[in-house]
Amino acid sequence: MLSEIANFQAAYARCLDDQRLEAWPDFFLADAVYRVTTADNHRRGLQAGLIWANSQAMLRDRISALREANIYERHAYRHILGLPLVEQDAAGATRAETPFIVARIMRDGTTDLFATGRYLDVFARDDAGALKLRERVVVCDSSRIDTLLAIPL
Amino acid sequence: MPLDTAWPEGTVHQVPYWVFQRAEVLAREQEMIFRGACWHYLCLEAEIPNAGDYRTTQLGELPVVVARDAEGVVHAFENRCAHRGALIALEDGGNTKDFTCVYHAWRYDMAGNLKGVAFRNGIAGKGGMPKDFRLEDNCPRKLRVAMFCGLVFGTLSAATPELEEYLGPEISGRIRRVLNGRTPEVLGRFTQALPNNWKLYTENVRDSYHASLLHLFFTTFEVNRLTQKGGLIVSKSGGNHVSWSAIEEGAASSEYAQQQIRSDSDYRLADPSLLHGFQEFGDSCTLQILSVFPTFVLQQIQNCIAVRQVVPRAVDRTDLHWTYLGFAEDTAEQRIMRLKQCNLVGAAGFVSMEDGCVGGFVQRGAAGASDQQAVLRMGGHDALSSDTRATEASVRGFWKAYRAATGL
Ligand code: FES
Ligand SMILES: [Fe+2]
Repeated sequence: MLSEIANFQAAYARCLDDQRLEAWPDFFLADAVYRVTTADNHRRGLQAGLIWANSQAMLRDRISALREANIYERHAYRHILGLPLVEQDAAGATRAETPFIVARIMRDGTTDLFATGRYLDVFARDDAGALKLRERVVVCDSSRIDTLLAIPL
Repeated sequence: MPLDTAWPEGTVHQVPYWVFQRAEVLAREQEMIFRGACWHYLCLEAEIPNAGDYRTTQLGELPVVVARDAEGVVHAFENRCAHRGALIALEDGGNTKDFTCVYHAWRYDMAGNLKGVAFRNGIAGKGGMPKDFRLEDNCPRKLRVAMFCGLVFGTLSAATPELEEYLGPEISGRIRRVLNGRTPEVLGRFTQALPNNWKLYTENVRDSYHASLLHLFFTTFEVNRLTQKGGLIVSKSGGNHVSWSAIEEGAASSEYAQQQIRSDSDYRLADPSLLHGFQEFGDSCTLQILSVFPTFVLQQIQNCIAVRQVVPRAVDRTDLHWTYLGFAEDTAEQRIMRLKQCNLVGAAGFVSMEDGCVGGFVQRGAAGASDQQAVLRMGGHDALSSDTRATEASVRGFWKAYRAATGL
């Protein structure tokens, strides 16, 4: 299970870093939850997110908005993921916590440390038996986001 | 202040770029706006509901504590120890019975009154404060505090007019429309670091002209078009504004297509539930952006309610603090809708992420042009309310209030 999840996380990061954004929602189940929040909000139990989705379709919409509607300066990410800590919870669901750091590379070559944090994941299998995210809460360590968050984490 | 470029007296339809670029301009703003005769948003009453609750915030560079005392009275005071200037409160907020400075343990009550000085009488009869030292002569500066619809404002200046007069009747009414009679609950807090001067953001908020041109998401889904019913309210001072729009049946128009503006496409949502809001205000108004000079914003976009606070960090750096709101009265379904619609705003917002970068585009675009000026002539030269949003009247209003406040 650990190696399957590690592989999954590596594929997820590569998908975003390679700008294959249209493939990103496929890592999630149809009714998946995806949220991007901060450690401060998470600790306080505050529910709002920078991104808040409770369907895979909402993730597809985010990508089509980025492609067709939103304006931002061209940039890319490099995700560096740490080792996932995998556990079965009491209900038998597979949970994983995976730390990340994300560098942002701007059009002009400026490279910044954009975000650090952790993925709090619940994994499940789809009808075909493939490993998917039922839930991913992206908890950023800092409560400050520089400029904007376009490409998802 | 020696400024090499003139800004013709009273002109608000031309703005010289040096106002966004110079350290001495920011220093003057700190003094005349942030510590001057303006009301500044501090926090929500709902963030400090109980005796002993406090939040820390900033009026520009000036750190501030807002606290509720045992009698329920809300106080605000400078977050600066009267001894040698250390911060009195280090956290964003919490609950306490008093504040003790970490440096030499001077102790303050919830109103910022000095209550205790460590070793005041010395040790073993030696040292200590002189006999004429009086606690009451040593306090951080206190702010005047005023509350309106659960919003807490503060000002350091005795000259600031009463809050409701400062807001004006129309702006007050529009704040009431969103907040009155309900109990706000914080759904989340986020800070967006903007790579630009703070005024490029306060201009942007008041700029009803750009909304449907820069933000395609709005336009395509008919959340906001200049051809929708809508308008602009500018307060008498110029500094406060409301831009609103409402659904009007059959208002589709061909202006966008004719001008070949980028803001028109066949883009459709895979999950349209994002825009299936609920009737909340008993009117057809789907968007109301409200600003109070200098740095407060109250936003209603469908059912997404948020307050924003602008804090300058440097000439070309600004913190934008977002506080997303729900209400204790929300049903579970309504709460979900608010959380969903939070996708519209903030640093990753479908209709606001562009505002995070566009100020930086101006900051960089005008970098070598301190003697040139921005043109704000859409809709004329004045700063008056209008029934169209194809105008820059409220941006001019900001500059009217700004020039009055700073003397620039
Ligand atoms: S600076 Fe606060 S007690 Fe000395
Ligand atoms: Fe905008």
